[in-house]
Amino acid sequence: MSSAANPSLKTSRQLLLQLAAITKKFGPLIANDAIDLDLHKGEIVALLGENGAGKTTLMNILFGHYVADAGTVMVAGADGILAPLEPGAPQAALDAGIGMVHQHFALAENLSGLDNIVLGTEPIFRLRRDRTKARTKLAKLMAGSGLNVDLNQPVHKLTVGEKQRIEILKALYRDARLLVLDEPTAVLTPQEADSLFATLRQLAATGLSVIIIAHKLAEVLAVSHRIAVLRGGKKVGEMATDQADRRSIAELMVGRDVPVSRRSERAPGKPVIALRDVTIDRGDARRSLHGVNLMAREGEILGIAGVSGNGQAALAQLIAGLDRPDIGSVEIFGEKVTKFDAHQFAQNGIARIPEDRHHDGMVGSMTVAENIAIEDVRSRDYQKFGFLDFEAIRKRAEHAIVDYDVRCPGPDAPARLLSGGNIQKLILARVLEKSPKLILANQPSRGLDVGAQSEVHRRLLEAREGGAAVILISEDLDELLTLSDQIAVIHAGHVSAAIAAHDIDRSELGLMMAGQKKTDENTPRSGDPA
Amino acid sequence: MIRFEPRTNPSAIMVYGIPVMAAIIAILLAAIPLALAGAPIIKAYGLMISGAFGSMFSISEMLTRATPLILTGLAAAIAFRAKLWNIGAEGQLYMGSMAAVAIGSGVIDGPSYIMIPVVLIAGAVAGAVMLIGPTLLKTRLGVDEVVTTLLLNFIVILFVQMMLEGVLKDPMSMGWPQSEPVIDSAVLPPLIERMRVHLGLVIALTCAVALAIFVKRTVWGFEIRAVGENAAAARFSGISVTKTMVLVAMLSGGLAGLAGVSEVAGTRGYLATDLSPGYGYAGIVVAMLARLSPVGVIISAVFVASVFVGADSMSRAIGVSSYLADLIVAMSLLCVLIGGFLTRFKVRFEHQKSAG
Repeated sequence: MSSAANPSLKTSRQLLLQLAAITKKFGPLIANDAIDLDLHKGEIVALLGENGAGKTTLMNILFGHYVADAGTVMVAGADGILAPLEPGAPQAALDAGIGMVHQHFALAENLSGLDNIVLGTEPIFRLRRDRTKARTKLAKLMAGSGLNVDLNQPVHKLTVGEKQRIEILKALYRDARLLVLDEPTAVLTPQEADSLFATLRQLAATGLSVIIIAHKLAEVLAVSHRIAVLRGGKKVGEMATDQADRRSIAELMVGRDVPVSRRSERAPGKPVIALRDVTIDRGDARRSLHGVNLMAREGEILGIAGVSGNGQAALAQLIAGLDRPDIGSVEIFGEKVTKFDAHQFAQNGIARIPEDRHHDGMVGSMTVAENIAIEDVRSRDYQKFGFLDFEAIRKRAEHAIVDYDVRCPGPDAPARLLSGGNIQKLILARVLEKSPKLILANQPSRGLDVGAQSEVHRRLLEAREGGAAVILISEDLDELLTLSDQIAVIHAGHVSAAIAAHDIDRSELGLMMAGQKKTDENTPRSGDPA
Repeated sequence: MIRFEPRTNPSAIMVYGIPVMAAIIAILLAAIPLALAGAPIIKAYGLMISGAFGSMFSISEMLTRATPLILTGLAAAIAFRAKLWNIGAEGQLYMGSMAAVAIGSGVIDGPSYIMIPVVLIAGAVAGAVMLIGPTLLKTRLGVDEVVTTLLLNFIVILFVQMMLEGVLKDPMSMGWPQSEPVIDSAVLPPLIERMRVHLGLVIALTCAVALAIFVKRTVWGFEIRAVGENAAAARFSGISVTKTMVLVAMLSGGLAGLAGVSEVAGTRGYLATDLSPGYGYAGIVVAMLARLSPVGVIISAVFVASVFVGADSMSRAIGVSSYLADLIVAMSLLCVLIGGFLTRFKVRFEHQKSAG
């Protein structure tokens, strides 16, 4: 990123926060090992690192949720003089003007945006509610930051991006001078992410300091002034963003070469799945499809690009066997599907990777082994006369843990102990082990760190090599462009004709995703059987 | 300031120790109402223990009381495992007992080895049918089963009353609303001569062990656990949530129905509307104390039964209200709920420094 796109820091180099030699141990695990971090007024610092690198622990110490074993946290007061922050006191952190926006929002869904923002700042006992002051203050904040959102709407009616804006406003309303954002873009569409970055830039220019916890490199390069990289509890690098390059940061984060996923040229084979004029109308745009035609062939990755909430969920439900078309038909392996049944689909060689891996992908209290076998417990391999064959289930899990590098205490550990990346590996082990003919990968690498992400990509490409058809639904254009052979765009339930990935113009793709170009032409592409 | 931190992996000692501790604390807390009633506390505890365990007779009485509690406890445990909130065990119990009486009081006759299984099956089926309706309403239409099963209890009891005033009424009962007695070949025989404890106890224990194996080791048990812990993930993996729920309903309703058969064909001999002093509801407490473990249900049912029987006999001996038993059971439930919270969260007390 050039310094032109990344305006150099013009604010005074006034130190706002100084973390010095922060060390925190949990038993034998050293979560933070003598970490130093400085933050100036009006500066955006990106804190990068894989899962378990110590980012969250460090922020928890800053917020007083944990007390550091060694080291000090110093915060500048209103007079600009650094003073130590009382350790282990969240209230002190709040008083010092430190605000946090969590990845999972802490909002009361049935209350309005305004209610959520002022909640906790008003006295409990009051005769009447006067919020004109609050409204004026918020109007000023919104005008100054571009954080525009309708404060009178109940929160459940807002989009994810708007909810995040409420969270940021909540922190600013409490006079935050330092804002910490935990994985802010994990839940956002590319457009929303761009607007968030613009806002953060604007806020930084007015003197707000920001720490962004992230693992998506491109975003970090776009928004931050400085990057600090953590690995294994240590700070392994720190640099000005305009001097950083992607590859070296990635290597710093994982401590080894990150394998670049590369597609080999490969002629596609026979069609594996074809949707013909599929319409699903569920009243809600997110869950509806309109006259969708789509085909994926052997040895081909078909990318589905689109802004979240444009019908991807409906498409995924259909291919996963959880929903049926109202109109139109689905052919799998050349045969028209009559029974839409998730169990049947899984048994017929369709690997399904769910969008929300925590919610749909695993049963937290059941063991790793049980979670790996969950799709197949009814098969002869894992049961006799209805009694589970624990030996076989365990054996499969032991293999899967080694082959897919699932980091866990063992096959009998409850699955909820696993981190996001390892849950995804567990799901891959569950569905790919059976050499599927068709793979539905719905946001397979969202929220994963670089290492786990490249592992997911490698597995999908490997399956493609092996002749599987892959339908890859993603909001990450980089991911789609590196992996896909063909890309179709989904917008408002309409799916465009697929375009060969190497012919694609990025900006045109962006326009189609935004609905600026027609996506429902449905012109048959070359090789499409009529 | 008090803070709660979630525990990721509670130790085995906590998981098994906390219900035991809760029970002990609840019994100790009973000293307070005893003292308020002016009763000699040590003597009262002694009488309670001897009332439940002091003689062959008292043990038999205690186990007779534990029998239906094991069955209704299992009914609640299996349903709650699948997050099917069956509050209707009381009604299912009465339906089970009514089916047992309808078939077992002279309509058909045969040797015991045929008649006993027949009344057991009839009762289980009747109980199961009672729960299938609310379950389908839940899975298909999203109707809250807490409401439907709870309200069905009152409907069933009124229905039983109507039947006892009508077709099931014993003409020899001199006007009392009670059914004809269960015929001898269908009666669950006592296990010990001249004692009340009967074959129902063996059936209940068998059910508990069988259910434990079923949940832990079979494909269906696997699916029940998966649906109960995360229905969305179970559905995604291809498990039919509706089918699993119906299976759970049949098991839960069936077990509650068996409790009714056991009471009517084992303990009482005939059906009346005071057959159950709330065994269906007490089963929920038993299941919660056992943390929904089928084998644990045996232990907690014995605990609850001995509190009831012990406190009963103590209150008779020193003249305090027998409601004390209800109090102890209720307090142990509260203690277990608090204990359950403590297994999931660590409580940290922090000295509040003057905020800077």
